[in-house]
Amino acid sequence: MAGHATLAKDFVANDERAHWHDKALWFVRHKRDNISHSLPEWETLRETASQVKLHTITHLAKYLEEFEANAKKLGVHVHWASNAAEHNEIVLRILQQHNVKRVVKSKSMLTEECHLNPHLEAAGMEVVDTDLGERIVQLQKEAPSHIVLPAIHIKKEEVGEVFHQFLDTEKGASDPGYLTEAARQHLRENFLAADAGITGVNFGIAATGGFVVCTNEGNADLGTALPNLHIACMGIEKLIPAPEHLSLFTRLLARSATGQPITTYTSHFHGPKPGGEMHIVLVDNGRSNILGSDEFRSSLSCIRCGACMNTCPVYRRSGGHSYQSTVPGPIGSILGPASDPAKHSSLPFACSLCGSCTDVCPVKIDLHHQLLTWRREIYVRGLLPLSKTFPMKVMSKVFQHPGLYAFGGGIARKALRVMPRWMIYNPLNSWGRKRELPEAPKESFRDLYKKRKRP
Amino acid sequence: MSSRDTILKSINRHLVPAVPLPDMNQDWIKFDNPTEQFLTMLSAVGGRGEVVASLEDVSRKLHEEPHYDDAQQICSLVSGIDIASDKRIDLDAIDDPHDLKDVDFAIVPGEFAVAENGAIWVTDAVVRHKALYFIAQHVVIVVKASEILHNMHEAYPRTGLETDGFQQAPHFGVFISGPSKTADIEQSLVIGAHGARSLRVFLVEEMQN
Amino acid sequence: MPRIGLFIPCYIDQFYPDVGLATLEVLERYGCEVEFPEAQTCCGQPMANTGCVDAAVPLAERMIEIFAPYEYVVAPSGSCVAMVREHYSDMLPLSNALQEFQAKTFELCEFLTDVLKIEHVEGQFPYKVGLHQSCHGLRELRLARSSETVGEEFNKARQLLEQMKGITFADLNRKDECCGFGGTFAVQEEAVSCMMGLDRLADHYESGTEVLTAGDMSCLMHLDGLNRRQPKPVAVMHIAQILAGRQPEGSVRVNATEGGIA
Repeated sequence: MAGHATLAKDFVANDERAHWHDKALWFVRHKRDNISHSLPEWETLRETASQVKLHTITHLAKYLEEFEANAKKLGVHVHWASNAAEHNEIVLRILQQHNVKRVVKSKSMLTEECHLNPHLEAAGMEVVDTDLGERIVQLQKEAPSHIVLPAIHIKKEEVGEVFHQFLDTEKGASDPGYLTEAARQHLRENFLAADAGITGVNFGIAATGGFVVCTNEGNADLGTALPNLHIACMGIEKLIPAPEHLSLFTRLLARSATGQPITTYTSHFHGPKPGGEMHIVLVDNGRSNILGSDEFRSSLSCIRCGACMNTCPVYRRSGGHSYQSTVPGPIGSILGPASDPAKHSSLPFACSLCGSCTDVCPVKIDLHHQLLTWRREIYVRGLLPLSKTFPMKVMSKVFQHPGLYAFGGGIARKALRVMPRWMIYNPLNSWGRKRELPEAPKESFRDLYKKRKRP
Repeated sequence: MSSRDTILKSINRHLVPAVPLPDMNQDWIKFDNPTEQFLTMLSAVGGRGEVVASLEDVSRKLHEEPHYDDAQQICSLVSGIDIASDKRIDLDAIDDPHDLKDVDFAIVPGEFAVAENGAIWVTDAVVRHKALYFIAQHVVIVVKASEILHNMHEAYPRTGLETDGFQQAPHFGVFISGPSKTADIEQSLVIGAHGARSLRVFLVEEMQN
Repeated sequence: MPRIGLFIPCYIDQFYPDVGLATLEVLERYGCEVEFPEAQTCCGQPMANTGCVDAAVPLAERMIEIFAPYEYVVAPSGSCVAMVREHYSDMLPLSNALQEFQAKTFELCEFLTDVLKIEHVEGQFPYKVGLHQSCHGLRELRLARSSETVGEEFNKARQLLEQMKGITFADLNRKDECCGFGGTFAVQEEAVSCMMGLDRLADHYESGTEVLTAGDMSCLMHLDGLNRRQPKPVAVMHIAQILAGRQPEGSVRVNATEGGIA
């Protein structure tokens, strides 16, 4: 599998598009800055939310049992899935029991992670993603490139083409208002025809057994208010202890994600609608393994706001698909290797270690430090190619001998001074493709220092 | 072993240092004029709102709403709003929420509003079909002017979730902040994604509980 | 008179000797007794950041030993200081020697503002300066308020530079975005790295930067490498050189020539 650097290079090769992508996401980061800077307690909010999440994940079994017991009291069917396959089986079984043919789904990164759609489609069901961005990528037969803005990599003209093909919009039309209206009409039909609604979960409340789903479009609400069957798929790390803690997360989520003060619809579900049926599927799929690691445990605090993607200078310039992981960007570069270190071994290196992700994270996950720790893990597990490890070992040996280092440095500088340009800037010199090397001085600092001491 | 037990066992096999719950009583933001702040935020999230003296004012001002006089179906859950009988939809007479698909205007009560984010709390305690909040083309929410809270920390105790977790009555509650919207096409904000195309809020000074 | 062990990062030693000299001069000007222990080579950051901790550990151990005799350790690099202060603990067992070393190691600007509490910087620098906030200094050492976080504004490098006569600052569009150097990232992710660097440069060019400066020569090595291939390159100087009174005539490289090095 091609690593991140290869796919990133392809993305960067289209300079106009890469800059367009970078600017679109920087705009979101900018909105996030404006709204967070308008709250004097922003850092207190982050710190408090971080503590609540760490508390919950360090008492996870207790809160899961409490959540299950309370949900059952509300008349909810609670299921447990160890992995993606089991999750998909459970969802399919529930749908089949209700003879469901058509499903509307609101955005859920968990169902993306489990690849639920193909599983249901293989069983003859029609699954319609109802978030506009997700619907666009579904029609394009692509994966979302961002967890909050699934179609951020697609231009409006391309949306226009897809909609012309599938929704019969006018050829060449690309006005976002017009296209959104067309999607509204198209998806209304799907909402009205659906036999079941599937949603993700933003927050599960242990003390009440209820859960919260946040959307701007209202698709999770329409998708569950009309059909009688509602299935909510929830990672086990989504819990919080009590309703009062929602105040923190509903304040942080949308501000961090899009720069809004709160999502348009912050919906609290406590049991099925009258005459309906509600199921919750609790999914582990590797999460309990992460729990055991002191270094990576806090990655389970993630509330999937996407702020780390919006701010990441590498993500903005390489696009979500270059990560080849359900969750891209900084948090995805931690979660990806946690699920499959060999497959995602290039992701922790797709990072300049600038630390901006850590500073925007609403729950203060030390993202860039975890990425550094993952590099070590990948090395220790023998997943780093010799081309990377060998030079480091050689350099380490040289640096352990100051005489050798000073001698070698002198030779290298001399070589840079006397070698012809074509030889220095050879095709293997990837530094020099777009960059000059520093001009090599005759004397190093240590040479000059010696002279200065003994003139 | 069931998956439930497998998962719980997998969690419990780790000895993790317990982190205590933090103090939730912090110096959270308050506003000199919460009403003004609420109206500012509501407008920022694409809604429109104003303070009115009474429900008669609401009835009168509704006619100023674009599309209101052309509306074919209007469903009001606020008593005292004047609606022509040929347009009026009686929610309790409708068994299937799909039949609400042509409702143009929903006029609903909100329990309280939140100044920091322009959100209003509504529940299914007063509606037979919660779909009404999302399926109507336009939504009007009527809230008592005295019911404006500063922030979400004040809001959650008022939801009733704290005390009984909805074990008693409503199974659904939602904070609504502005009309339905999306920016999924090139970050261009478009109002009216799946839910309400517009949200109008009236803060009524003289209103009975 | 504080006794300082001067910590000169390996690439500065080899490629930017004048930055080392300038650092030495600035510290001496403020009354410090400065010594450059010649056994030092590299702090181990390239190895540690690649994940090869076993290659970094012996270098970290050497650093602790070499700088043991000094009251303070000062380096003209936020990145190398961050390696010592923030990351040595990840690869070495906890010890008094390690903790002492971490506690006494400072980046040049923070040493001047926080330890020496310098309030007046002599000299003039009548140029529009584009101050690049190197990430490790910014978000590991907290040498300035990062644009992501909320709170009182501060900026230790700027606080010093502002004292100089005639200096003005370029008002950047993105005031602290990463330049894309990132150590081995610069070659492993060459395409993204160069795009990031060119974007930073474009911001400086548009904002009228005359002299591009930073607390880290590594960022500047990358930025200047790109800069020198542009039609109108700006002058690039390490902050130590500005504080030491160097002027940008013909940029850092010409200064080095004047010093008789080339």
